[in-house]
Amino acid sequence: MDWQAIGVSVRLAGLTTLILLPLAVPVAAWLALSRRRIAVLLEAVVALPLVLPPTVLGFYVLTALGTASPLGRWWQQTTGATLAFTFSGLLVASVLSSLPFAVQPLVAAFAGLDRRLLEASAVLGRTRAGTLLRVALPLSKAGLATAAVLTFAHTVGEFGVVLMVGGNIPGATRTVSIAIYDSVQAFDYATAARTSAAMLVFSLLVLTTLYSLRRGRRTRWPRP
Amino acid sequence: MAATLTARVRRHVCDLHLSIDTARAPVTVLFGPSGAGKTTLLRCLAGLDRPEPGSHIQFGDHLWDAPRVHVPTRRRRVGYLFQDHALFPHLPVAGNVGYGLHRMPRRQRPERIRQALAAADAAHLHDRPTRGLSGGEAQRVALARALAPRPQLLLLDEPLSALDTPTRTRLRGDLRRLLLATGVPTIVVTHDRTEALTLGDHIAVVIDGRLHQHGPVDTVFNRPATAAVAAVVGVDTILTGHVTGHHDDLTHIDVAGHVLHATPHRDLNPGDRTLVCIRADDIALELPGPPRPASPRNQLPAVVTAVHPDGPVLRVSLDAGITLTAYVTRPTGEHLDLQTGRQVTAAIKATAVHLIAHPAVERPH
Repeated sequence: MDWQAIGVSVRLAGLTTLILLPLAVPVAAWLALSRRRIAVLLEAVVALPLVLPPTVLGFYVLTALGTASPLGRWWQQTTGATLAFTFSGLLVASVLSSLPFAVQPLVAAFAGLDRRLLEASAVLGRTRAGTLLRVALPLSKAGLATAAVLTFAHTVGEFGVVLMVGGNIPGATRTVSIAIYDSVQAFDYATAARTSAAMLVFSLLVLTTLYSLRRGRRTRWPRP
Repeated sequence: MAATLTARVRRHVCDLHLSIDTARAPVTVLFGPSGAGKTTLLRCLAGLDRPEPGSHIQFGDHLWDAPRVHVPTRRRRVGYLFQDHALFPHLPVAGNVGYGLHRMPRRQRPERIRQALAAADAAHLHDRPTRGLSGGEAQRVALARALAPRPQLLLLDEPLSALDTPTRTRLRGDLRRLLLATGVPTIVVTHDRTEALTLGDHIAVVIDGRLHQHGPVDTVFNRPATAAVAAVVGVDTILTGHVTGHHDDLTHIDVAGHVLHATPHRDLNPGDRTLVCIRADDIALELPGPPRPASPRNQLPAVVTAVHPDGPVLRVSLDAGITLTAYVTRPTGEHLDLQTGRQVTAAIKATAVHLIAHPAVERPH
Protein backbone atom coordinates (compact mmCIF):
# COMPACT_ATOMS: atom_id res chain seq x y z
CA MET A 1 0.00 0.00 0.00
CA ASP A 2 1.23 3.49 -0.88
CA TRP A 3 1.59 5.07 2.57
CA GLN A 4 3.07 8.20 1.07
CA ALA A 5 -0.09 8.72 -0.99
CA ILE A 6 -2.25 8.14 2.09
CA GLY A 7 -0.18 10.78 3.89
CA VAL A 8 -0.74 13.27 1.06
CA SER A 9 -4.47 12.53 0.99
CA VAL A 10 -4.91 12.96 4.75
CA ARG A 11 -2.84 16.15 4.78
CA LEU A 12 -4.78 17.56 1.85
CA ALA A 13 -8.18 16.66 3.32
CA GLY A 14 -7.26 18.00 6.77
CA LEU A 15 -5.95 21.30 5.50
CA THR A 16 -8.89 21.71 3.10
CA THR A 17 -11.29 21.24 6.00
CA LEU A 18 -9.38 23.68 8.21
CA ILE A 19 -9.34 26.36 5.52
CA LEU A 20 -12.82 25.77 4.20
CA LEU A 21 -14.89 25.78 7.40
CA PRO A 22 -14.05 29.36 8.49
CA LEU A 23 -14.80 30.45 4.92
CA ALA A 24 -18.01 28.45 4.65
CA VAL A 25 -19.57 29.74 7.90
CA PRO A 26 -20.01 33.38 6.82
CA VAL A 27 -20.91 32.37 3.26
CA ALA A 28 -23.55 29.92 4.52
CA ALA A 29 -24.89 32.48 7.00
CA TRP A 30 -25.23 35.00 4.23
CA LEU A 31 -26.92 32.51 1.91
CA ALA A 32 -29.30 31.25 4.56
CA LEU A 33 -30.22 34.51 6.27
CA SER A 34 -29.77 37.31 3.72
CA ARG A 35 -32.78 39.30 2.66
CA ARG A 36 -31.17 40.08 -0.72
CA ARG A 37 -32.37 38.29 -3.85
CA ILE A 38 -28.86 37.99 -5.23
CA ALA A 39 -28.25 35.34 -2.57
CA VAL A 40 -30.02 32.86 -4.87
CA LEU A 41 -27.44 33.47 -7.61
CA LEU A 42 -24.56 33.03 -5.20
CA GLU A 43 -26.11 29.83 -3.88
CA ALA A 44 -26.10 28.48 -7.44
CA VAL A 45 -22.45 29.49 -7.91
CA VAL A 46 -21.48 27.75 -4.66
CA ALA A 47 -23.26 24.57 -5.80
CA LEU A 48 -21.50 24.55 -9.21
CA PRO A 49 -18.74 22.05 -8.24
CA LEU A 50 -21.51 19.48 -7.63
CA VAL A 51 -22.64 19.57 -11.26
CA LEU A 52 -19.53 20.56 -13.20
CA PRO A 53 -17.33 17.73 -14.44
CA PRO A 54 -14.14 17.76 -12.33
CA THR A 55 -12.19 18.24 -15.53
CA VAL A 56 -13.96 21.54 -16.20
CA LEU A 57 -13.32 22.79 -12.69
CA GLY A 58 -9.75 21.50 -12.89
CA PHE A 59 -9.23 23.22 -16.22
CA TYR A 60 -10.34 26.60 -14.91
CA VAL A 61 -8.30 26.27 -11.75
CA LEU A 62 -5.25 25.24 -13.75
CA THR A 63 -5.65 28.24 -16.04
CA ALA A 64 -6.17 30.58 -13.11
CA LEU A 65 -3.11 29.26 -11.27
CA GLY A 66 -0.80 29.19 -14.31
CA THR A 67 1.88 31.81 -14.78
CA ALA A 68 -0.17 33.34 -17.62
CA SER A 69 -2.81 34.52 -15.13
CA PRO A 70 -2.43 37.53 -12.77
CA LEU A 71 -3.01 35.28 -9.73
CA GLY A 72 -0.35 32.77 -10.83
CA ARG A 73 2.11 35.54 -11.56
CA TRP A 74 1.48 37.23 -8.20
CA TRP A 75 2.02 33.90 -6.42
CA GLN A 76 5.24 33.29 -8.33
CA GLN A 77 6.57 36.76 -7.51
CA THR A 78 5.79 36.46 -3.79
CA THR A 79 6.83 32.86 -3.20
CA GLY A 80 9.13 32.13 -6.08
CA ALA A 81 7.24 28.95 -6.91
CA THR A 82 4.39 28.05 -9.25
CA LEU A 83 1.01 26.89 -8.04
CA ALA A 84 0.17 24.44 -10.77
CA PHE A 85 1.33 20.87 -10.10
CA THR A 86 2.24 21.63 -6.47
CA PHE A 87 0.58 20.72 -3.18
CA SER A 88 -0.44 24.37 -2.61
CA GLY A 89 -2.15 24.50 -5.99
CA LEU A 90 -3.90 21.24 -5.21
CA LEU A 91 -5.11 22.71 -1.91
CA VAL A 92 -6.64 25.73 -3.71
CA ALA A 93 -8.42 23.44 -6.17
CA SER A 94 -9.65 21.16 -3.42
CA VAL A 95 -11.04 24.07 -1.37
CA LEU A 96 -13.04 25.17 -4.41
CA SER A 97 -14.31 21.73 -5.35
CA SER A 98 -15.38 20.93 -1.77
CA LEU A 99 -17.11 24.28 -1.25
CA PRO A 100 -20.69 22.96 -1.59
CA PHE A 101 -19.99 20.09 0.80
CA ALA A 102 -19.06 22.56 3.52
CA VAL A 103 -21.60 25.26 2.72
CA GLN A 104 -24.78 23.28 2.15
CA PRO A 105 -25.06 21.52 5.54
CA LEU A 106 -24.41 24.88 7.21
CA VAL A 107 -27.05 26.62 5.10
CA ALA A 108 -29.55 23.95 6.11
CA ALA A 109 -28.62 24.36 9.78
CA PHE A 110 -28.80 28.15 9.73
CA ALA A 111 -32.07 28.18 7.79
CA GLY A 112 -33.61 25.98 10.47
CA LEU A 113 -32.75 28.37 13.30
CA ASP A 114 -35.56 30.07 15.21
CA ARG A 115 -35.62 33.60 13.82
CA ARG A 116 -36.64 35.00 17.20
CA LEU A 117 -33.35 33.92 18.73
CA LEU A 118 -31.47 35.99 16.15
CA GLU A 119 -33.81 38.91 16.78
CA ALA A 120 -33.37 38.57 20.53
CA SER A 121 -29.61 38.79 20.01
CA ALA A 122 -29.97 41.95 17.90
CA VAL A 123 -32.23 43.59 20.47
CA LEU A 124 -29.61 42.82 23.12
CA GLY A 125 -27.11 44.89 21.16
CA ARG A 126 -25.14 42.27 19.21
CA THR A 127 -23.94 42.71 15.65
CA ARG A 128 -24.62 40.11 12.97
CA ALA A 129 -21.12 38.68 13.41
CA GLY A 130 -21.62 38.47 17.16
CA THR A 131 -24.99 36.77 16.70
CA LEU A 132 -23.45 34.31 14.25
CA LEU A 133 -20.69 33.36 16.69
CA ARG A 134 -22.73 33.29 19.88
CA VAL A 135 -26.14 32.05 18.80
CA ALA A 136 -26.20 30.65 15.27
CA LEU A 137 -23.02 28.53 15.44
CA PRO A 138 -23.52 26.99 18.90
CA LEU A 139 -27.02 25.96 17.83
CA SER A 140 -25.72 24.48 14.55
CA LYS A 141 -23.13 22.06 15.91
CA ALA A 142 -24.59 19.11 14.01
CA GLY A 143 -24.48 21.08 10.76
CA LEU A 144 -20.90 22.12 11.45
CA ALA A 145 -19.86 18.51 12.12
CA THR A 146 -21.59 17.33 8.96
CA ALA A 147 -19.82 20.02 6.95
CA ALA A 148 -16.43 19.01 8.36
CA VAL A 149 -16.90 15.28 7.79
CA LEU A 150 -18.27 15.71 4.27
CA THR A 151 -15.48 18.09 3.27
CA PHE A 152 -12.80 15.76 4.59
CA ALA A 153 -14.31 12.68 2.95
CA HIS A 154 -15.00 14.36 -0.36
CA THR A 155 -11.42 15.64 -0.57
CA VAL A 156 -10.01 12.20 0.12
CA GLY A 157 -12.19 10.77 -2.64
CA GLU A 158 -11.52 13.52 -5.21
CA PHE A 159 -9.89 12.30 -8.41
CA GLY A 160 -10.52 14.39 -11.51
CA VAL A 161 -9.60 17.79 -10.12
CA VAL A 162 -6.47 16.36 -8.49
CA LEU A 163 -5.34 14.80 -11.72
CA MET A 164 -5.92 18.02 -13.67
CA VAL A 165 -4.29 20.42 -11.22
CA GLY A 166 -1.85 18.31 -9.25
CA GLY A 167 -0.60 15.78 -11.71
CA ASN A 168 1.02 12.76 -10.16
CA ILE A 169 4.09 13.75 -8.13
CA PRO A 170 4.82 11.27 -5.31
CA GLY A 171 4.90 12.92 -1.89
CA ALA A 172 3.41 16.17 -3.21
CA THR A 173 0.32 15.66 -5.35
CA ARG A 174 -0.07 11.92 -5.62
CA THR A 175 -3.17 11.12 -3.51
CA VAL A 176 -4.70 7.73 -2.73
CA SER A 177 -7.18 7.86 -5.57
CA ILE A 178 -4.40 8.67 -8.05
CA ALA A 179 -2.26 5.90 -6.58
CA ILE A 180 -5.00 3.34 -7.24
CA TYR A 181 -5.35 4.58 -10.81
CA ASP A 182 -1.58 4.28 -11.22
CA SER A 183 -1.49 0.73 -9.85
CA VAL A 184 -4.19 -0.34 -12.28
CA GLN A 185 -2.34 1.32 -15.17
CA ALA A 186 0.75 -0.67 -14.13
CA PHE A 187 -1.29 -3.92 -13.90
CA ASP A 188 -0.44 -4.06 -10.16
CA TYR A 189 -3.93 -5.31 -9.26
CA ALA A 190 -2.89 -6.56 -5.83
CA THR A 191 -1.87 -3.08 -4.61
CA ALA A 192 -4.93 -1.52 -6.24
CA ALA A 193 -7.18 -4.01 -4.45
CA ARG A 194 -5.61 -3.36 -1.05
CA THR A 195 -5.78 0.41 -1.38
CA SER A 196 -9.32 0.25 -2.73
CA ALA A 197 -10.42 -1.91 0.20
CA ALA A 198 -8.85 0.59 2.60
CA MET A 199 -10.75 3.42 0.92
CA LEU A 200 -13.99 1.45 1.09
CA VAL A 201 -13.64 0.84 4.82
CA PHE A 202 -12.69 4.48 5.39
CA SER A 203 -15.71 5.78 3.46
CA LEU A 204 -18.11 3.47 5.25
CA LEU A 205 -16.67 4.56 8.60
CA VAL A 206 -17.08 8.24 7.70
CA LEU A 207 -20.66 7.84 6.58
CA THR A 208 -21.59 5.81 9.67
CA THR A 209 -20.15 8.55 11.87
CA LEU A 210 -22.03 11.17 9.90
CA TYR A 211 -25.41 9.48 10.10
CA SER A 212 -25.04 8.65 13.80
CA LEU A 213 -24.54 12.40 14.38
CA ARG A 214 -28.03 13.07 13.03
CA ARG A 215 -29.70 9.95 14.34
CA GLY A 216 -31.00 11.47 17.60
CA ARG A 217 -33.34 14.03 16.11
CA ARG A 218 -34.92 11.89 13.42
CA THR A 219 -38.60 11.09 13.32
CA ARG A 220 -39.43 7.38 13.54
CA TRP A 221 -42.52 5.31 13.07
CA PRO A 222 -44.60 5.01 16.23
CA ARG A 223 -44.17 1.68 18.00
CA PRO A 224 -46.55 -0.99 16.64
CA MET B 1 -35.70 58.37 32.09
CA ALA B 2 -38.95 59.83 30.90
CA ALA B 3 -39.14 60.76 27.25
CA THR B 4 -41.72 61.21 24.58
CA LEU B 5 -42.16 58.62 21.89
CA THR B 6 -43.72 59.84 18.68
CA ALA B 7 -44.26 57.40 15.88
CA ARG B 8 -45.94 57.29 12.55
CA VAL B 9 -45.58 53.78 11.24
CA ARG B 10 -46.75 52.66 7.82
CA ARG B 11 -46.32 49.04 6.85
CA HIS B 12 -48.62 46.90 4.72
CA VAL B 13 -52.14 47.92 5.72
CA CYS B 14 -51.02 49.69 8.89
CA ASP B 15 -50.82 53.43 9.22
CA LEU B 16 -50.46 54.25 12.89
CA HIS B 17 -49.81 57.57 14.58
CA LEU B 18 -48.90 57.30 18.21
CA SER B 19 -47.50 59.71 20.74
CA ILE B 20 -46.64 58.52 24.22
CA ASP B 21 -45.49 60.69 27.08
CA THR B 22 -43.70 58.11 29.19
CA ALA B 23 -43.69 60.39 32.21
CA ARG B 24 -47.47 60.43 32.37
CA ALA B 25 -47.95 56.83 31.35
CA PRO B 26 -45.12 54.52 32.41
CA VAL B 27 -46.99 51.55 30.98
CA THR B 28 -48.92 51.96 27.73
CA VAL B 29 -50.95 49.08 26.38
CA LEU B 30 -51.47 48.56 22.65
CA PHE B 31 -54.81 46.85 22.64
CA GLY B 32 -56.86 45.39 19.83
CA PRO B 33 -57.93 42.22 18.10
CA SER B 34 -55.36 39.82 16.63
CA GLY B 35 -53.98 40.97 13.30
CA ALA B 36 -54.76 44.64 13.95
CA GLY B 37 -51.15 45.74 13.57
CA LYS B 38 -50.07 45.97 17.21
CA THR B 39 -47.10 43.65 16.87
CA THR B 40 -46.09 45.29 13.59
CA LEU B 41 -45.90 48.61 15.40
CA LEU B 42 -43.91 47.09 18.25
CA ARG B 43 -41.45 45.43 15.86
CA CYS B 44 -40.97 48.68 13.98
CA LEU B 45 -40.28 50.49 17.26
CA ALA B 46 -37.60 47.89 18.02
CA GLY B 47 -36.18 48.16 14.50
CA LEU B 48 -36.86 44.48 13.82
CA ASP B 49 -39.05 45.47 10.89
CA ARG B 50 -38.38 48.45 8.73
CA PRO B 51 -41.41 50.69 8.25
CA GLU B 52 -42.32 51.96 4.79
CA PRO B 53 -41.49 55.42 3.46
CA GLY B 54 -43.45 58.17 5.16
CA SER B 55 -42.82 56.66 8.58
CA HIS B 56 -41.14 58.49 11.39
CA ILE B 57 -40.11 57.25 14.81
CA GLN B 58 -38.54 59.44 17.43
CA PHE B 59 -37.86 58.56 21.05
CA GLY B 60 -36.73 61.51 23.16
CA ASP B 61 -33.69 62.95 21.39
CA HIS B 62 -33.14 59.84 19.30
CA LEU B 63 -34.42 59.78 15.74
CA TRP B 64 -34.87 56.09 14.92
CA ASP B 65 -36.71 56.11 11.60
CA ALA B 66 -37.18 58.87 9.06
CA PRO B 67 -36.47 59.32 5.37
CA ARG B 68 -32.96 57.89 4.85
CA VAL B 69 -32.66 57.16 8.57
CA HIS B 70 -32.92 53.70 10.08
CA VAL B 71 -31.12 53.07 13.34
CA PRO B 72 -30.38 49.33 13.56
CA THR B 73 -32.01 47.36 16.35
CA ARG B 74 -28.78 46.84 18.26
CA ARG B 75 -28.26 50.60 18.70
CA ARG B 76 -31.76 51.44 19.96
CA ARG B 77 -31.18 50.17 23.49
CA VAL B 78 -34.65 48.73 23.83
CA GLY B 79 -35.66 45.67 25.78
CA TYR B 80 -37.94 43.30 23.88
CA LEU B 81 -39.91 40.48 25.41
CA PHE B 82 -40.95 37.93 22.80
CA GLN B 83 -44.23 36.11 22.99
CA ASP B 84 -42.55 32.72 23.39
CA HIS B 85 -39.66 34.16 25.46
CA ALA B 86 -36.95 33.25 22.87
CA LEU B 87 -34.40 32.27 25.51
CA PHE B 88 -31.13 30.94 24.10
CA PRO B 89 -31.39 27.19 24.69
CA HIS B 90 -27.60 26.65 24.65
CA LEU B 91 -26.94 29.13 27.47
CA PRO B 92 -27.86 28.70 31.15
CA VAL B 93 -30.10 31.25 32.86
CA ALA B 94 -27.19 33.47 33.94
CA GLY B 95 -25.74 33.28 30.41
CA ASN B 96 -29.04 34.42 28.95
CA VAL B 97 -29.39 37.33 31.35
CA GLY B 98 -25.77 38.39 30.80
CA TYR B 99 -25.97 38.09 27.02
CA GLY B 100 -26.60 41.79 26.44
CA LEU B 101 -23.86 42.96 28.82
CA HIS B 102 -20.94 42.69 26.38
CA ARG B 103 -20.17 46.41 26.62
CA MET B 104 -19.84 46.20 30.39
CA PRO B 105 -16.55 45.41 32.13
CA ARG B 106 -16.43 41.68 32.75
CA ARG B 107 -16.03 42.02 36.52
CA GLN B 108 -19.26 43.99 36.90
CA ARG B 109 -21.44 41.57 34.95
CA PRO B 110 -22.22 38.97 37.67
CA GLU B 111 -23.58 41.69 39.95
CA ARG B 112 -25.77 43.14 37.18
CA ILE B 113 -27.07 39.66 36.31
CA ARG B 114 -28.06 39.14 39.95
CA GLN B 115 -29.77 42.55 40.08
CA ALA B 116 -31.73 41.90 36.90
CA LEU B 117 -32.87 38.47 38.08
CA ALA B 118 -33.90 39.94 41.40
CA ALA B 119 -35.87 42.69 39.65
CA ALA B 120 -37.81 39.99 37.81
CA ASP B 121 -38.38 37.94 41.00
CA ALA B 122 -36.17 35.21 39.54
CA ALA B 123 -33.07 35.32 41.73
CA HIS B 124 -33.53 31.64 42.61
CA LEU B 125 -33.19 30.62 38.94
CA HIS B 126 -29.62 31.95 38.57
CA ASP B 127 -27.89 28.56 38.29
CA ARG B 128 -30.56 26.70 36.38
CA PRO B 129 -30.17 25.47 32.80
CA THR B 130 -32.59 27.09 30.37
CA ARG B 131 -34.11 23.84 29.18
CA GLY B 132 -36.57 22.67 31.78
CA LEU B 133 -37.74 26.08 32.98
CA SER B 134 -41.51 26.29 33.35
CA GLY B 135 -43.39 28.85 31.28
CA GLY B 136 -43.64 31.31 34.16
CA GLU B 137 -39.96 30.88 35.04
CA ALA B 138 -38.90 31.37 31.41
CA GLN B 139 -41.00 34.51 31.33
CA ARG B 140 -39.23 35.97 34.38
CA VAL B 141 -35.82 35.06 32.98
CA ALA B 142 -36.72 36.67 29.65
CA LEU B 143 -37.78 39.81 31.52
CA ALA B 144 -34.51 39.82 33.48
CA ARG B 145 -32.56 39.41 30.24
CA ALA B 146 -34.38 42.38 28.70
CA LEU B 147 -33.82 44.52 31.81
CA ALA B 148 -30.15 43.66 32.41
CA PRO B 149 -28.62 46.13 29.88
CA ARG B 150 -30.82 48.91 31.38
CA PRO B 151 -32.88 49.62 28.24
CA GLN B 152 -34.41 53.04 27.72
CA LEU B 153 -37.67 51.51 26.52
CA LEU B 154 -39.22 48.13 27.21
CA LEU B 155 -41.42 46.45 24.59
CA LEU B 156 -43.52 43.45 25.57
CA ASP B 157 -45.26 41.37 22.90
CA GLU B 158 -48.23 39.47 24.38
CA PRO B 159 -46.12 38.80 27.48
CA LEU B 160 -48.54 36.39 29.13
CA SER B 161 -50.15 34.61 26.21
CA ALA B 162 -47.73 31.66 26.17
CA LEU B 163 -48.53 30.77 29.80
CA ASP B 164 -51.13 28.43 31.25
CA THR B 165 -54.09 30.10 32.93
CA PRO B 166 -53.09 29.83 36.63
CA THR B 167 -49.57 31.08 35.91
CA ARG B 168 -50.93 33.89 33.77
CA THR B 169 -53.26 35.04 36.52
CA ARG B 170 -50.45 35.00 39.09
CA LEU B 171 -47.90 36.75 36.89
CA ARG B 172 -50.38 39.35 35.65
CA GLY B 173 -50.59 41.00 39.02
CA ASP B 174 -46.84 40.77 39.61
CA LEU B 175 -45.88 42.12 36.22
CA ARG B 176 -47.26 45.62 36.71
CA ARG B 177 -45.53 45.90 40.08
CA LEU B 178 -42.23 44.72 38.54
CA LEU B 179 -42.55 47.11 35.61
CA LEU B 180 -43.27 50.12 37.82
CA ALA B 181 -40.36 49.21 40.07
CA THR B 182 -37.88 49.18 37.19
CA GLY B 183 -38.89 52.68 36.14
CA VAL B 184 -38.33 51.80 32.48
CA PRO B 185 -41.10 53.13 30.22
CA THR B 186 -42.96 50.20 28.78
CA ILE B 187 -45.22 49.40 25.85
CA VAL B 188 -47.24 46.20 26.07
CA VAL B 189 -49.08 44.54 23.20
CA THR B 190 -52.10 42.48 24.18
CA HIS B 191 -55.49 41.38 22.90
CA ASP B 192 -56.62 40.35 26.38
CA ARG B 193 -58.89 42.82 28.18
CA THR B 194 -57.94 41.79 31.69
CA GLU B 195 -54.25 42.01 30.77
CA ALA B 196 -54.78 45.48 29.33
CA LEU B 197 -56.60 46.63 32.46
CA THR B 198 -54.13 45.03 34.84
CA LEU B 199 -50.94 46.29 33.23
CA GLY B 200 -51.68 49.64 31.66
CA ASP B 201 -51.82 53.26 32.69
CA HIS B 202 -52.77 54.35 29.22
CA ILE B 203 -54.29 52.27 26.50
CA ALA B 204 -54.09 52.73 22.75
CA VAL B 205 -56.78 50.85 20.85
CA VAL B 206 -55.58 49.58 17.47
CA ILE B 207 -58.14 48.22 15.02
CA ASP B 208 -57.47 47.34 11.37
CA GLY B 209 -54.12 49.10 11.29
CA ARG B 210 -55.40 52.39 12.69
CA LEU B 211 -55.21 53.96 16.14
CA HIS B 212 -58.78 54.50 17.26
CA GLN B 213 -58.44 55.85 20.76
CA HIS B 214 -55.62 56.58 23.17
CA GLY B 215 -55.95 57.67 26.78
CA PRO B 216 -56.12 56.56 30.40
CA VAL B 217 -57.39 52.99 30.78
CA ASP B 218 -60.60 53.87 32.60
CA THR B 219 -61.44 56.66 30.15
CA VAL B 220 -61.11 54.41 27.13
CA PHE B 221 -63.07 51.57 28.70
CA ASN B 222 -65.83 53.80 30.06
CA ARG B 223 -66.15 56.14 27.14
CA PRO B 224 -65.20 54.36 23.91
CA ALA B 225 -64.79 57.03 21.25
CA THR B 226 -66.18 54.98 18.40
CA ALA B 227 -68.51 52.03 17.95
CA ALA B 228 -65.51 49.97 16.82
CA VAL B 229 -63.68 50.69 20.07
CA ALA B 230 -66.81 49.87 22.08
CA ALA B 231 -67.07 46.54 20.27
CA VAL B 232 -63.45 45.71 21.03
CA VAL B 233 -63.24 46.86 24.66
CA GLY B 234 -66.72 45.66 25.56
CA VAL B 235 -69.21 47.79 27.42
CA ASP B 236 -68.03 47.86 30.97
CA THR B 237 -67.89 50.32 33.73
CA ILE B 238 -64.32 50.67 34.95
CA LEU B 239 -63.83 52.73 38.09
CA THR B 240 -60.81 53.48 40.19
CA GLY B 241 -61.20 53.03 43.92
CA HIS B 242 -59.49 52.16 47.16
CA VAL B 243 -60.13 49.23 49.43
CA THR B 244 -61.51 50.40 52.75
CA GLY B 245 -61.74 47.01 54.41
CA HIS B 246 -63.18 43.52 54.57
CA HIS B 247 -66.47 43.10 56.50
CA ASP B 248 -69.17 40.41 56.49
CA ASP B 249 -67.31 38.37 53.87
CA LEU B 250 -67.33 41.30 51.51
CA THR B 251 -64.63 43.68 50.34
CA HIS B 252 -65.62 47.32 50.66
CA ILE B 253 -64.29 49.77 48.12
CA ASP B 254 -64.48 53.53 48.18
CA VAL B 255 -65.08 54.95 44.72
CA ALA B 256 -65.20 58.75 44.69
CA GLY B 257 -66.94 58.79 48.07
CA HIS B 258 -69.37 55.96 47.29
CA VAL B 259 -69.02 52.57 48.91
CA LEU B 260 -69.30 49.49 46.72
CA HIS B 261 -69.38 45.91 47.95
CA ALA B 262 -67.58 43.12 46.15
CA THR B 263 -66.90 39.45 46.76
CA PRO B 264 -63.72 39.14 48.82
CA HIS B 265 -60.44 39.59 47.01
CA ARG B 266 -57.66 37.98 49.04
CA ASP B 267 -54.72 39.89 47.57
CA LEU B 268 -56.10 43.31 48.38
CA ASN B 269 -55.44 45.10 51.65
CA PRO B 270 -57.12 48.22 53.03
CA GLY B 271 -55.72 51.28 51.27
CA ASP B 272 -54.81 49.40 48.09
CA ARG B 273 -55.71 51.01 44.81
CA THR B 274 -57.96 48.87 42.65
CA LEU B 275 -59.90 48.95 39.42
CA VAL B 276 -63.58 48.13 39.80
CA CYS B 277 -65.12 46.50 36.73
CA ILE B 278 -68.84 46.05 36.29
CA ARG B 279 -70.26 44.57 33.10
CA ALA B 280 -73.18 46.49 31.62
CA ASP B 281 -75.22 43.24 31.62
CA ASP B 282 -74.81 42.96 35.38
CA ILE B 283 -76.43 46.28 36.31
CA ALA B 284 -80.16 46.02 36.91
CA LEU B 285 -82.33 49.14 36.94
CA GLU B 286 -85.28 49.61 39.28
CA LEU B 287 -87.63 52.46 39.91
CA PRO B 288 -86.84 54.24 43.16
CA GLY B 289 -89.02 53.28 46.06
CA PRO B 290 -88.96 52.55 49.78
CA PRO B 291 -86.03 50.32 50.80
CA ARG B 292 -86.92 46.63 50.69
CA PRO B 293 -84.88 43.50 51.15
CA ALA B 294 -83.20 42.48 47.92
CA SER B 295 -80.29 40.26 46.99
CA PRO B 296 -78.07 42.80 45.21
CA ARG B 297 -75.73 44.29 47.80
CA ASN B 298 -75.20 47.53 45.91
CA GLN B 299 -78.20 49.81 45.50
CA LEU B 300 -77.18 53.15 44.00
CA PRO B 301 -79.61 56.01 43.34
CA ALA B 302 -78.84 57.32 39.86
CA VAL B 303 -80.01 59.67 37.16
CA VAL B 304 -80.23 58.58 33.51
CA THR B 305 -77.89 60.79 31.46
CA ALA B 306 -78.30 59.14 28.05
CA VAL B 307 -80.09 56.25 26.34
CA HIS B 308 -78.64 54.76 23.14
CA PRO B 309 -80.19 51.93 21.14
CA ASP B 310 -77.53 49.25 20.68
CA GLY B 311 -78.91 46.41 18.59
CA PRO B 312 -81.76 44.68 20.40
CA VAL B 313 -80.99 46.44 23.70
CA LEU B 314 -80.61 49.91 25.10
CA ARG B 315 -77.33 51.20 26.45
CA VAL B 316 -78.13 53.45 29.40
CA SER B 317 -75.61 55.87 30.82
CA LEU B 318 -76.15 56.69 34.48
CA ASP B 319 -74.83 59.25 36.90
CA ALA B 320 -74.78 57.81 40.41
CA GLY B 321 -72.04 60.12 41.58
CA ILE B 322 -69.96 57.69 39.61
CA THR B 323 -70.54 56.98 35.93
CA LEU B 324 -72.19 53.65 35.15
CA THR B 325 -73.26 51.99 31.91
CA ALA B 326 -76.11 49.47 31.91
CA TYR B 327 -77.79 47.33 29.27
CA VAL B 328 -81.56 46.85 29.43
CA THR B 329 -83.94 45.28 26.94
CA ARG B 330 -86.23 47.55 24.95
CA PRO B 331 -89.45 46.36 26.74
CA THR B 332 -87.81 47.07 30.10
CA GLY B 333 -86.78 50.47 28.83
CA GLU B 334 -90.37 51.24 27.88
CA HIS B 335 -91.74 49.81 31.12
CA LEU B 336 -89.41 51.96 33.23
CA ASP B 337 -89.91 54.91 30.86
CA LEU B 338 -86.17 55.39 30.63
CA GLN B 339 -85.19 58.77 29.32
CA THR B 340 -82.67 61.40 30.16
CA GLY B 341 -83.25 62.81 33.65
CA ARG B 342 -85.20 59.79 34.96
CA GLN B 343 -84.46 58.78 38.58
CA VAL B 344 -83.66 55.08 38.97
CA THR B 345 -81.85 52.74 41.32
CA ALA B 346 -78.93 50.76 39.93
CA ALA B 347 -78.71 47.34 41.56
CA ILE B 348 -75.49 45.41 41.33
CA LYS B 349 -74.76 42.05 42.97
CA ALA B 350 -71.51 41.91 44.89
CA THR B 351 -70.47 38.93 42.73
CA ALA B 352 -70.70 41.16 39.64
CA VAL B 353 -68.21 43.68 41.01
CA HIS B 354 -64.80 42.54 39.76
CA LEU B 355 -61.67 43.92 41.36
CA ILE B 356 -58.30 44.19 39.64
CA ALA B 357 -55.40 45.27 41.82
CA HIS B 358 -53.80 48.27 40.18
CA PRO B 359 -50.92 49.84 42.10
CA ALA B 360 -50.47 53.54 41.43
CA VAL B 361 -47.50 55.10 39.76
CA GLU B 362 -45.10 56.36 42.38
CA ARG B 363 -44.07 59.76 41.16
CA PRO B 364 -41.21 61.61 42.76
CA HIS B 365 -42.49 64.93 44.11
